[in-house]
Amino acid sequence: MNSFSLAIAVLLISSGYFFLGTRALTANRAAGARLHSLPHYYGLFAGLMAALPALALLTVLAIGDDIVFNQLALGFVPDAVKAGETYKEVIVLAQISNVVNGINFGEQPDWVYEAAEAWAGWQATSTTLKTITALALSLLGGLFAYRMLNPSFRSRNAVERILMTVLAASSAIAILTTVGIVFSVIFESLRFFALVPVSEFLFGLTWNPQFEGAERAGSGQMGLATYGSVPLFAGTLLISVVALSVSVPVGLFSAIYLSEYASPRVRAVVKPLMELLAGVPTVVYGFFAALTVAPFIRSTGMSLGLDVASESALAAGLVMGIMIIPFVSSLSDDVINAVPQALRDAAYGLGSTRSETVRQVVLPAALPGIVAAILLAVSRAVGETMIVVMAAGLAANLSLNPLDAVTTVTSQIVTILVGDQEFESAKTLSAFALALTLIVITLGLNFIALQVVKKYREQYD
Amino acid sequence: MDTQVMNIIEQTANLEHANIPDETVGDVYVDRPRMTARNVNVFYGDKKAIDNVTLDIAEKQVISFIGPSGCGKSTFLRCLNRMNDTIDICRIEGEIAMDGKNIYAPDVDVVPLRARVGMVFQKPNPFPKSIYDNVAYGPRIHGIATNRAELDDIVESSLERAGLWNEVKDRLLQPGTGLSGGQQQRLCIARTIAVSPEVILMDEPCSALDPIATARIEELIAELSSEFTIVIVTHSMQQAARVSQRTAYFHLGKLVEVGDTEMVFTKPQHEMTNNYITGRFG
Ligand SMILES: Nc1ncnc2c1ncn2[C@@H]1O[C@H](COP(=O)(O)OP(=O)(O)O)[C@@H](O)[C@H]1O
Ligand SMILES: [Mg+2]
Repeated sequence: MNSFSLAIAVLLISSGYFFLGTRALTANRAAGARLHSLPHYYGLFAGLMAALPALALLTVLAIGDDIVFNQLALGFVPDAVKAGETYKEVIVLAQISNVVNGINFGEQPDWVYEAAEAWAGWQATSTTLKTITALALSLLGGLFAYRMLNPSFRSRNAVERILMTVLAASSAIAILTTVGIVFSVIFESLRFFALVPVSEFLFGLTWNPQFEGAERAGSGQMGLATYGSVPLFAGTLLISVVALSVSVPVGLFSAIYLSEYASPRVRAVVKPLMELLAGVPTVVYGFFAALTVAPFIRSTGMSLGLDVASESALAAGLVMGIMIIPFVSSLSDDVINAVPQALRDAAYGLGSTRSETVRQVVLPAALPGIVAAILLAVSRAVGETMIVVMAAGLAANLSLNPLDAVTTVTSQIVTILVGDQEFESAKTLSAFALALTLIVITLGLNFIALQVVKKYREQYD
Repeated sequence: MDTQVMNIIEQTANLEHANIPDETVGDVYVDRPRMTARNVNVFYGDKKAIDNVTLDIAEKQVISFIGPSGCGKSTFLRCLNRMNDTIDICRIEGEIAMDGKNIYAPDVDVVPLRARVGMVFQKPNPFPKSIYDNVAYGPRIHGIATNRAELDDIVESSLERAGLWNEVKDRLLQPGTGLSGGQQQRLCIARTIAVSPEVILMDEPCSALDPIATARIEELIAELSSEFTIVIVTHSMQQAARVSQRTAYFHLGKLVEVGDTEMVFTKPQHEMTNNYITGRFG
């Protein structure tokens, strides 16, 4: 049986135990026994005990068997091949698994066929083993739990504990994945920093990863490529500043309008419309920026006698700002609505006008939350890629003039990793170093934002 | 079934409603009114919350509004400084006049009106600003003080009259939200009197306070009544008896009875007032 049908079988067994358990205890209750919990909790306990261990085992085996097979298969590789100049485990394993799956690229050496044959054998054994152990574990686990059931068994508490474990495991998976991503980025970045000095990366003023000198790392001779990331971060900063100077005022003012001035009917229409803006894919904003805004800025600039690049930071920043507006406005709207009505009443009761109430009471009270909203918007702007790739160009100019073409960290990562790559090269690895720096920056911003929000929460309690 | 029995059943069922008089019992009019309400109806959407209330508020006197909760005391109170304007679905009919001028007339501006008719709320609601700025807020927005020294004077005398000066004079720059509940409520009273209102509306000002803080506020109300006209909503009949000279009893949006506090509590003329003050319902 394959893993999928096995999982189905386990679930069937488990629901069987659920019904058995529930029915048995319902009968007990009918016979006058005092149950600790409602009957379905007894069924649930038996069912969960039949399902969870078996499913966990299946998952582990499904992930684990390939790892074991890989190691076993490497035993078939002759020492002569292993000693060879171009030997790579990954490639050898790919050769073998191609043969296993019946994909043939020409004639392979004999040991490959031997390994493939053995592999197929292991797979068959593993499947049988999986079928037997999973079904047995499910039946036995369920039976074991079923035998434990009696009216005084605290099944409700047991089920609560099991469910808590499942939930905790899910969050552990989410956290572990994130940690894994961060670690792989750190690991690759370290490889990059073995090739390029940290100081060059952090303080270098030229970003030119295109021409890699062959001898760079080994001989100490400098290659042609330069990995100074300052222009990228300057570009990111420039575009973010443009974006925020659009999105913060517009978003904040519209939030104030919606929460303090608009009638409920206007609000009911406008708010969903704003949120619709947030649902537009960024690539759509990207071609809006590239095809509409950038040419418009260019022609306007030209008629004013300014020298505007056809792809400019201004175009990308403006459109990114529009993209972030709903983000800022909906967060600020939440924060402004959280200001207690009692404060507004106090202000109105003293004869304040609406704008006085907003300026002197509502906004000061909401300020920390608004700052947090803006910081989150900054993270959004710093991380945004698509609009920049499409509208700001890819030239890593070191410039703070919004009319120039610049590029950002994220769009460089994209350009570096698009297409065929030689994985070991400094160029490819530089993407990881950029990503690491970006992660650190956005993490820092989010951390500050969360601290501010926390402080804000304490204020009215 | 016997018609007589039917009638009795019907009468019992409608007792509360049937007995509300169309006309208020007692003296709704006074000799020197500060504010006058005439045939006031208030609606929240389609729901009528105040039904044809006519009442005079006498100058420099404390009048208390009592009645079971939901009977419209707060609603009527908030009509007196047009705070109900801030509720979208709220609509008001009839006339409320101050010095003979209808405050709901189209040419009336609510900003000076609310400076003249101040309000203290149920839950103390100081601004998240310093004690000084809380009290200075009203004078600042109304441009009452021309310089800092004048503003300092206003702040000091307001806190003094609210009986808070001695407790806070060394910490004027600390946040008002850091005071105790009773102090916060007195701060709110200081904030209200800082703009020199003529009438002060108080909506259950002690309901969030402990007995000692309550006693302190009640004393304060007695002191302030020599200077201001005060309207207080309270759910405590003892409080109404202690602080007010006149009492108005509301029921289901109607003003059932109004009169001298002593009369209302000792010789209520209406059966429902009697039931309420003797604790039979509410
Ligand atoms: N903002 C509002 N919207 C709708 N109905 C309201 C609102 N405020 C009060 N009401 C209704 O008006 C009636 C009177 O309320 P209120 O004046 O608060 O009574 P009280 O202060 O005497 O307890 C109640 O039935 C209440 O449900
Ligand atoms: Mg009330």
